[in-house]
Amino acid sequence: MQQGLGDLDELYQEVLLDHYRNPRNTELLDDPTSEVDAINPFCGDEIHMQLGLYGDTVASISVTGQGCSISQAAGSLLTEIVDGRTTTEARELRELFREMMTGEEVSEEVADRLEDSLALQGVRRFPVRIKCALLSWSALIDALDKVAPAKP
Amino acid sequence: MLPATYLDVESIRSDFPILTRQVNGNPLTYLDNAATSQKPTQVIQSLVDYYERYNSNVHRGVHTLSIEATEAYEDARGKVQRFINAPSSESIIWTRNTSESLNLVAYTWAEANVAVGDEIVTTAMEHHSDIVPWQQLAMRKGATLKIIPETENGRLDMEQAAELITERTKIVATTHMSNVLGTVVDVKALADAAHAVGAVILVDGAQSVPHMPVDVQALDCDFMAFSAHKMLGPTGIGVLYGRPEILEVMPPWMFGGDMILQVSYEDASWNDLPYRFEAGTPNIADAIATGAAVDYLEVIGMDNVWAHEQKITGYALGRFAELEGINLLGPQEIENKGAVLSFSHDSLHSHDLGTALDQLGIAIRTGHHCAMPLIRSHGIVSAARASFYIYNTEGEVDVLIDGLKEAERYFSKAGIA
Ligand SMILES: Cc1ncc(COP(=O)(O)O)c(C=O)c1O
Repeated sequence: MQQGLGDLDELYQEVLLDHYRNPRNTELLDDPTSEVDAINPFCGDEIHMQLGLYGDTVASISVTGQGCSISQAAGSLLTEIVDGRTTTEARELRELFREMMTGEEVSEEVADRLEDSLALQGVRRFPVRIKCALLSWSALIDALDKVAPAKP
Repeated sequence: MLPATYLDVESIRSDFPILTRQVNGNPLTYLDNAATSQKPTQVIQSLVDYYERYNSNVHRGVHTLSIEATEAYEDARGKVQRFINAPSSESIIWTRNTSESLNLVAYTWAEANVAVGDEIVTTAMEHHSDIVPWQQLAMRKGATLKIIPETENGRLDMEQAAELITERTKIVATTHMSNVLGTVVDVKALADAAHAVGAVILVDGAQSVPHMPVDVQALDCDFMAFSAHKMLGPTGIGVLYGRPEILEVMPPWMFGGDMILQVSYEDASWNDLPYRFEAGTPNIADAIATGAAVDYLEVIGMDNVWAHEQKITGYALGRFAELEGINLLGPQEIENKGAVLSFSHDSLHSHDLGTALDQLGIAIRTGHHCAMPLIRSHGIVSAARASFYIYNTEGEVDVLIDGLKEAERYFSKAGIA
């Protein structure tokens, strides 16, 4: 029996497709507190991220870019859970996201906190695409570090 | 020239153990040959033979194993020399790969001969390995880098080339065949233009030497760089051909054992060619296996290799015309086009296509192909590429086309294509 494309369903979940078709929070900020460009040198995926901080809170966020569906949808999904969080929470979310992409099954609590980004769980089964999903999250850390470098 | 059917693909395929593999439950369809080729048993076995029977260092012993290893190592150099019709085996320098060969020229010949105000001419269709060393050289020297553009139909603009190569040009660095477009460049014409102004010409033969008859003397090139791993040989070894008169006066770049003649505590003098450019224990096993790869290709005959690939490419071009939403890059006719088909999709990113094809066991290249400026100049950020070799069949082109259609159906149902 020849294998078809059925296994792709795990990767291309509806939530991800929706964010790829209609990315959220793409409007550029007027006066960003921090902005970075992240490029994946192996494939050329690009993410441009802007953060508007109000005190220690991410009050506004914008992600634009060019690249594959995973990298772009992940960026859009990221904006939804990071918007309104403190910088510490944002960094925590990044850790949780990274654990989901590289580790074992996620707990219910973690699943709750990652909200719709949980849809990217299927990427784990396609190891070369994990870096696509992580690109915007590393952009987030770079953008946060620009404002206040992570404490050692 | 023998007819293309002379090439017995089924018997060739049986020499490549990897081609029996299954990938994701499907037979492997390997179409990423421009990145690296697969290896026949004969090449793999030559590595095993060396390590099992006569593993030893070269040029430095009177014992039997060392003599055997040295002979096999130098024999392989001779095979490469004949393969590209170099005038002498001293003109064949072993390197790690094409990139190292190109850098060797940038750091030796060019370092000594390019000065402030001079010009380096290269083309719009180079691999990063043949752009970045020249950018760096231009910055170090205060020289100018000029780029010969691509025409609308994917060829090199030879009229522009004639204008860009001037009395100030010191070196012309060009690909022989583009790894993205498949365009075969008229190297002889560029060599004539370069020589007319007293410049040298360096040819990136990474994609030509594996796929067509290449004669460095007929092309009249001064340097030619290529990698064994793209021509059935192992990874980790490449070649720089240099015109003997030029190599003779070219300064060495790496210093150490093997490349010296005499050493005192204060100074040293240099060994003869080609050893002057091969410091330290060389990649003996892989050089020998490169000789085995050359043997394999010569039995088939490079005219037949080229004829077979022309046939496959022509067939693939015809079948690609059936596909909607797919835009081919580079020449659309097979004259002077190698077995490389790069394409972009109207709405799908090449990685999404590549992942889908991988599910079907089809290996293609996706991304920027180490040619970012070229990809960008086509107004895209990434492309997919299928590239063929001696073991590929028209049946595999059909598998690719069916796979692309299936992927298109899948992604359009998903609403993203
Ligand atoms: C045209 C061309 N030049 C240079 C290179 C670099 O070869 P290597 O990676 O073996 O140094 C390649 C291989 O990708 C190529 O296709």
